Amino acid sequence: MYDQTSERTPARRGEVVPSGLDYAPSLEAVDQVSIDESYDLWIDGKPSPPAANRYFPTVNPATEETLTRVAEGDGEDVDRAVAAARKAYNGAWGKMAGKERAKYLYRLARMLAERSREFAVLETLDGGKPIKESRDVDLPLASAHFFYYAGWADKLEYAFPGLDTRPLGVAAQVIPWNFPILMLAWKVAPALAAGNTVVLKPAETTPLTALAFARLTAEAGLPPGVLNIVTGGGGAGAEAVAHPGVDKVAFTGSTEVGKLIQKRLAGARKRLTLELGGKAPHIVFEDAPVDQAVEGVINGIFFNQGHVCCAGSRLLVQESIYDAFLDRLKVRLASLRVGDPLDKNTDVGAINSRAQLDKIGALVEIGVAEGAEMYQPPCALPERGYWFAPTLFMGVSQGHRIAREEIFGPVLSIMTFRTPVEAVEKANNTPYGLSAGVWTAKGSRILWVADRLRAGVVWANTYNKFDPASPFGGYRESGFGREGGRHGLLPYLRGGS
Amino acid sequence: MTFLGLPIGLAPMSAKAPATVLPTSPVLGPSVTPKVIESYLRAVPPVDEVGAAERAAALSTRSVKRESKLAALDLAVRMCDLTTLEGRDTPGKIVQLASKAARPDPTDPTIPPAAALCVYPNLVPHAVRALAGSGVGVASVATYFPSGQAPLEVKLAEAAWAASEGADEIDMVIDRGAFLAGDCLKVYEEIAAVGEACRPACLKVILETGELGGFDNVRRASMLAMAAGADFIKTSTGKVSPAATLPVTLVMLEAIRDFYAASGRAVGIKPAGGISTAKQAVRYLVMLSETLGAAWLTPSRFRFGASSLLNDLLMQIRWVREGRYQSPDYFTED
Amino acid sequence: MSGRIGVRKTYKLYVDGDFPRSESGRTYPALDHRGEVIARVAAATRKDLRGAVRAARRAQPSWAARTGYNRGQIIYRIAEMVEDRAAVFAAQVRMAGVAAAKARREVFRSIDRLVWYAGWADKYQQVIGNLNPVAGPFFNISVPEPTGVVGVIAPEAPALLGLVSRLAPVIVSGNTAVVLASERWPAPSVVLAEAMATADLPGGVVNILTGPRSGMAPYLASHLDVNGIDAYGADEDMLAGLEEAAAAGVKRVVGPPEGRIAWMDDRTAQSPYAIAAFTEIKTVWHPKGL
Repeated sequence: MYDQTSERTPARRGEVVPSGLDYAPSLEAVDQVSIDESYDLWIDGKPSPPAANRYFPTVNPATEETLTRVAEGDGEDVDRAVAAARKAYNGAWGKMAGKERAKYLYRLARMLAERSREFAVLETLDGGKPIKESRDVDLPLASAHFFYYAGWADKLEYAFPGLDTRPLGVAAQVIPWNFPILMLAWKVAPALAAGNTVVLKPAETTPLTALAFARLTAEAGLPPGVLNIVTGGGGAGAEAVAHPGVDKVAFTGSTEVGKLIQKRLAGARKRLTLELGGKAPHIVFEDAPVDQAVEGVINGIFFNQGHVCCAGSRLLVQESIYDAFLDRLKVRLASLRVGDPLDKNTDVGAINSRAQLDKIGALVEIGVAEGAEMYQPPCALPERGYWFAPTLFMGVSQGHRIAREEIFGPVLSIMTFRTPVEAVEKANNTPYGLSAGVWTAKGSRILWVADRLRAGVVWANTYNKFDPASPFGGYRESGFGREGGRHGLLPYLRGGS
Repeated sequence: MTFLGLPIGLAPMSAKAPATVLPTSPVLGPSVTPKVIESYLRAVPPVDEVGAAERAAALSTRSVKRESKLAALDLAVRMCDLTTLEGRDTPGKIVQLASKAARPDPTDPTIPPAAALCVYPNLVPHAVRALAGSGVGVASVATYFPSGQAPLEVKLAEAAWAASEGADEIDMVIDRGAFLAGDCLKVYEEIAAVGEACRPACLKVILETGELGGFDNVRRASMLAMAAGADFIKTSTGKVSPAATLPVTLVMLEAIRDFYAASGRAVGIKPAGGISTAKQAVRYLVMLSETLGAAWLTPSRFRFGASSLLNDLLMQIRWVREGRYQSPDYFTED
Repeated sequence: MSGRIGVRKTYKLYVDGDFPRSESGRTYPALDHRGEVIARVAAATRKDLRGAVRAARRAQPSWAARTGYNRGQIIYRIAEMVEDRAAVFAAQVRMAGVAAAKARREVFRSIDRLVWYAGWADKYQQVIGNLNPVAGPFFNISVPEPTGVVGVIAPEAPALLGLVSRLAPVIVSGNTAVVLASERWPAPSVVLAEAMATADLPGGVVNILTGPRSGMAPYLASHLDVNGIDAYGADEDMLAGLEEAAAAGVKRVVGPPEGRIAWMDDRTAQSPYAIAAFTEIKTVWHPKGL
């Protein structure tokens, strides 16, 4: 509550400014979502029990409550899914004119928008991300992605002059748990627009929105077998990517697993795209629009609890403004609201899984042990569920593991630089190359820096922007291939790469 | 010295220092030269408009419910500068509005009074009389509102006159022409002089952000006004579009935060023009709260310059309390 | 005329703009199609490979930083140098048992292909990149940038046209290359190196290694400072090995299409998408505001 009578002693420079206005809990209603007792695989346009009849629980990471049980697919299930996809490719879908495929995709875009709130709640329940984000980011973008690629389905010959734009066949797609429905859209929309059929393996901890989407495809009348979903763990994913009936593999996830897949596919003559990890540099020059830069840095690392492959996890601040910038950052950090993901005012939700929480904890311990100075704002974390307070590390050097390894959590490592050349050198001093941020008011410097950063996406004076029309993907160990935009079609066309 | 037969200049404010001798600025030091101003303003960080708008939009998604909403609405009522600034304003109109400001909802004694009644200088004596003992302040626009296109002497005389007639607060306009022409020293000196001329009235400085050509200038003008002694910085006259917006207010809030960090002096803010709904008002309070914190959640540091906002606040308060959507017919219009 | 003794050429490696021997001091006999020794050719080792990669890495930033116009002129100049020595190239190609007319055609096609790719140096960006119409107040552009250092496993045959067809699209965008030349017919690649060295091509942009490829290819594929491999010259076994080794650094590997490649066919053997294959799309966002 605000103080009605006395004027409080205002906060001093560098001190945390408390948020004054109280917001009562504002919980998104969950009654609009119905979750079944258990979920089967989705093969050939209908639910299909797993061959081994095994099911695994999926939990709400904010409460640790089991939401439901989901089929655990194995090799035999993948076989059936690939066969269904092949049948659809050789049949209805393969023969369908692009303009008709387009209409299915438009239909899916519209239906996803119609049911957007329901999907958002389900996403938040299953994955722990704030409803604010699933509602305002994940769902609108997922729908927009289908709408965008729908338009390409009957215009492929104009996308790349002279290129063989025939589809590849059956695509096996493995997606991560950080943006479940959005990653589904990124994968499925261009694949179907180009005329392929799909076997999708959602992440083990977040299968529910994909399964809900499967039902949506049935309502949309999408021919059976065009989209098949095999839920399960890493085993199911490995079966899917290695299946001899698969022509195309697309994977989004860790660099570690990406390398395994690339190795596994050696000599298999399957087309492959990988969207892997990152350790994005976020460069702030002394002439930056400082308050927007603070927002960008905060958004860059705490968006989706830092479970973002392009998270700006390495902050490089020009030494001349280091202290002032850090002050502002700490003040802003204190106003982040960590807690119930279903609360509309929550900024930072739950860590996706126990395993991820342990991994973040371990790397943070290493950061402390290596001598970096840790700062966390005062914030009360709920008793149950998986939580990690927003964390800054100061006094970090390039050699620290927290400056090199992807933490995939709400942990920012802060370093300094003196000159633009040094900033770029430090920024590029990583095997990754997914994204980068740069803040400066000087136009020519933006272009100079953007030219030199080895990263597939450079956000200048902004951060974490995504759009269906804009290609996304990495250099070097962050993977190859692009998703989004015209370039996002290439991985699914015969003449592409 | 007279102007149109009226004594102008320093005569009515003999107790005060002559306008030409500026007080030592707590921020800029004893001798304020164009160079000093230039280097002070050069240190003001640039603003990215898209980023500022994004932040404002993000804060607009905050959901304030139940008792928290009631508290916010109550606070918003107490922060209202109920305003009438029209050529056709009359003493009668002022009396009616004064009664509205003092008792916004005559049927409900729990509704607090507004912060102030904001009028043209001519009507200050009437407002002072009508509000005597009510606890509601009288604010007067001044300095050739809304354009500010008059000689300094005229502006000083106007401000001083309004103050001497009992205005508790003076809402002056800056010389946007001088600011845009690069004569920031002139803007600075005018603000400082008006502040002196109307002391001890509270000095609210209207930047007229809609005429400044972008957020970089809004931030610079904010810093300039605060250095020159503004007690409040105010977005707009209400006569120019765009008037107050969330992003421009955010930029000013951030300037206030920076000025406070540098000088230790807490300056208030008054968004004015275009704020007519309770929903908008709550968004401003959320932004205020998340940018400057609890210390600014008080009428002594935040005002809404508005005319129709007050009734919407009252309707919302009653809706939250009673659970019935309201009709304007049940609230007094003056 | 009698009595004049011809001067024979020593076939050396091409690394960093220089023509060194193999660090091992070894050579191997290059045979013509009848099995006669044409020359003894330097047998490069993995240490030569390491040096070549280092040279390519050093040369890459400045090669990429040159204007497309300039890179185009230099590649065009290579074509001029090959044209100038067309007879020499034809003679080298004939050693593989290619009939004289066909050898000439291969040389001319190689020259034309170099000219074709030279012209792309300041154009492929416009075809491969574009402005993105995003739903917001942002300037958003996607441009292709060179991948970095690319290993080229040259086709065994046609030794000249195959090499030119795969090498030109790699370097035209600003990549630098480490080439494992045709092992069976290495001579044309050595002559090509000599043409490049006189064509203003900066040292290190193209490095050509002759010698047993099985000893070098695995190290090329697993080298963490090599960003991509053009494996058109790899057979199925070598390709599998390359792809497996490449996984360690998430290297891009472009394998040959299945079936026969019609090297003389301009419609299929040259393409701006061959340039695109060794570029990375960089997308840059910037707000549009006051």
